[in-house]
Amino acid sequence: MARLTEDNVRLAKEIIGRYPRPRSAMIPLLHLAQQQDGYVTNDAMVHIGELVGATSAEVYGTASFYEMFKFEPVGKYLVNICGTMSCALMGSEELMHHAEHKLGVKAGGTTSDGMFTLEHAECQAACTEAPCLQVNYRYRFRVTAESFDSLIDDLSAGRLTAEIPDHGTVAKVLQHIPADRGVGAVPPESVTEAPAWLDGKAAL
Amino acid sequence: MSGTYAHAPGFIAGDRPKIVTSRFEYEDSFTLQRYLATDGYQGLRAALGRAANEVHDEVKSATVLGRGGAGFPAGTKWGLTPQGVYPRYLVVNGDESEPGTYKDRLLMERDPHQLIEGCLIACYAAGLSQCFLYIRGEMALAQERVAAALNDAYAAGYVGKNILGSKFSVDIVLHWGAGAYVVGEETALIESLEGNRGMPRLKPPYFPAAIGLYGQPTIVNNVETLANLPWLMLNGAEAYTAIGTKTSPGTRMVAVSGHVNRPGVYEIINGLTTFRDLLYKEEFCGGIRNGNQLKAFVPGGGSAPWFTEDQLDIPFEGPQAGAAGSMLGSGAVMVMDETTDIPAAALTLTRFYAHESCGKCTPCREGGTWLERILSRVVDGKGTMADLDQLIEVGTSICPGDFPHASNAKLGISAVPFPYKMNTICFVGPSAYAPVNSALVLFREEFEAKIVKRNTIPVTAVGAAS
Ligand SMILES: Cc1cc2nc3c(=O)[nH]c(=O)nc-3n(C[C@H](O)[C@H](O)[C@H](O)COP(=O)(O)O)c2cc1C
Ligand code: SF4
Ligand code: FES
Repeated sequence: MARLTEDNVRLAKEIIGRYPRPRSAMIPLLHLAQQQDGYVTNDAMVHIGELVGATSAEVYGTASFYEMFKFEPVGKYLVNICGTMSCALMGSEELMHHAEHKLGVKAGGTTSDGMFTLEHAECQAACTEAPCLQVNYRYRFRVTAESFDSLIDDLSAGRLTAEIPDHGTVAKVLQHIPADRGVGAVPPESVTEAPAWLDGKAAL
Repeated sequence: MSGTYAHAPGFIAGDRPKIVTSRFEYEDSFTLQRYLATDGYQGLRAALGRAANEVHDEVKSATVLGRGGAGFPAGTKWGLTPQGVYPRYLVVNGDESEPGTYKDRLLMERDPHQLIEGCLIACYAAGLSQCFLYIRGEMALAQERVAAALNDAYAAGYVGKNILGSKFSVDIVLHWGAGAYVVGEETALIESLEGNRGMPRLKPPYFPAAIGLYGQPTIVNNVETLANLPWLMLNGAEAYTAIGTKTSPGTRMVAVSGHVNRPGVYEIINGLTTFRDLLYKEEFCGGIRNGNQLKAFVPGGGSAPWFTEDQLDIPFEGPQAGAAGSMLGSGAVMVMDETTDIPAAALTLTRFYAHESCGKCTPCREGGTWLERILSRVVDGKGTMADLDQLIEVGTSICPGDFPHASNAKLGISAVPFPYKMNTICFVGPSAYAPVNSALVLFREEFEAKIVKRNTIPVTAVGAAS
């Protein structure tokens, strides 16, 4: 149970500053919280509400709409097997059965050592590479029973830590807008003029 | 990340014009260095050398059709903003989640600068003062590549204050989602970007071009739509419209998945390439796997009514697909061969839309769930003939009247053209019904067989290997 750390508050404020209204930063900040603790804690939601000017109920209201946010701990590795049409046509149901057997949990469950949570997922925009899965949102394509087993073995042995961060971290690279290069966000009501370049002349 | 390059094998095959995938052949296609070495940011420079309204006119005369699903021309859309109301925003739809669709992620991962340049051209032409690039939450690599590209582009003076030393200034803010299909719908995307649950707004009055982000005029464009703009600015509308047909100029990316020999993402010529070309030609998918027969295909993403071999000669031309009873949608073809268990295949899509309903309107929230339950029962061999009528009854409560479907010479049925009437706010509800309707109209005997024989074919047999 944790509020955002000092470093994350700094990052959160930078992110909030990019939007005309602070509340727009809600989802990015929820990701930040999930990255910090592995799931979204109640304290973090209260803290995010304070930062963006919303009640914690409003923060939870938004957060609970989205599949990626977890409100209880999940495995270090979240394994999402796609079950939508293209993957189903190429054998994703068999893959799911195999995965359940290999990990010893049903879809939706977490292994007793806390390493893996297995989930059914919907189309992951990799339909030509079916059946596919994601581990903490990193893809594996055209997955077979054998490649699934070696993936799990590699993850268990810690051989993929450089490539696949722990659950919560989505992108490892974040945007940074240099202070001297950014235009800056302003609330919409403080702008009424047409942008300078709409003067009927070439900008260059 | 290793291993990503070898995938989506189709995209470089053949000798066709490449408007948006020209850099995909380079392993470092996503870097600023490669971009600059291959005409990068030259389209922007050309645009800034002209007045904004001239750039807008050029895009209008090229008829760049929206690639997000509806196919509305981008230049026309930009012109729908109310006169004199500022600020106006650009929201880039990178939420790609429609079943079968796989192109925007490639464009973001492999050529992020092309997208950034496209965003800049749109902002310049339409007077949009800030851009929000909304990337689907589950796409970690795309987020990393676009973030890195933006960081480089800011540092090099291509984005931000006084771009290329001109009076044009705009920020591009990378925003990312958290997993919800319906957020791809443009008004839901805006709700989500405002920090809310991603539920669609009622149109009218909430047409984004008039009342969008923070109630301001907002242009929502798909990633691929915007990725066309750098090439267009550099080569001109005349060169653009010389490719494809008058009503569907240029190229478009199409992902073909399922039972073909070479599934992949192909940049095809708009309006001319036919489904037969795409499925059977060597330069594309090279035929159905194992020499099997084609049973059916979904021509435009999971929401689209299905086609069979009778429709193979239809080209990628919206009005023709519409008259034949379906749509081209988001450029996603899913192919089913003779081994496919049709009711089970339909269920994978209906389950998707039922699961992704935001719950705002009753016909979708309740209807989708019922469609899924009844269909599951039938697929599990526990259905009755009355269930089949029930499926149609529930479907009709979502979409009153005849639902679009394809003609079939063998069955002696003729096409009901697209689109349908609907009782819902957005297309998620009708999309739950589309696969059920297509499957029932075209393959009713498979449903009946399950009921009569009490077949308990498990869902695993969807694409039984042969
Ligand atoms: C349920 C639903 C989901 C959608 N998903 C997407 C999507 O993931 N990506 C997208 O670009 N458009 C999607 N659209 C279409 C958008 O609402 C919008 O029309 C499009 O982004 C406009 O861009 P374009 O004019 O450049 O095509 C979806 C529409 C609906 C109804
Ligand atoms: S049709 Fe479905 S997803 Fe769309 S607004 Fe209604 S309930 Fe939500
Ligand atoms: S259906 Fe599995 S990635 Fe699209």
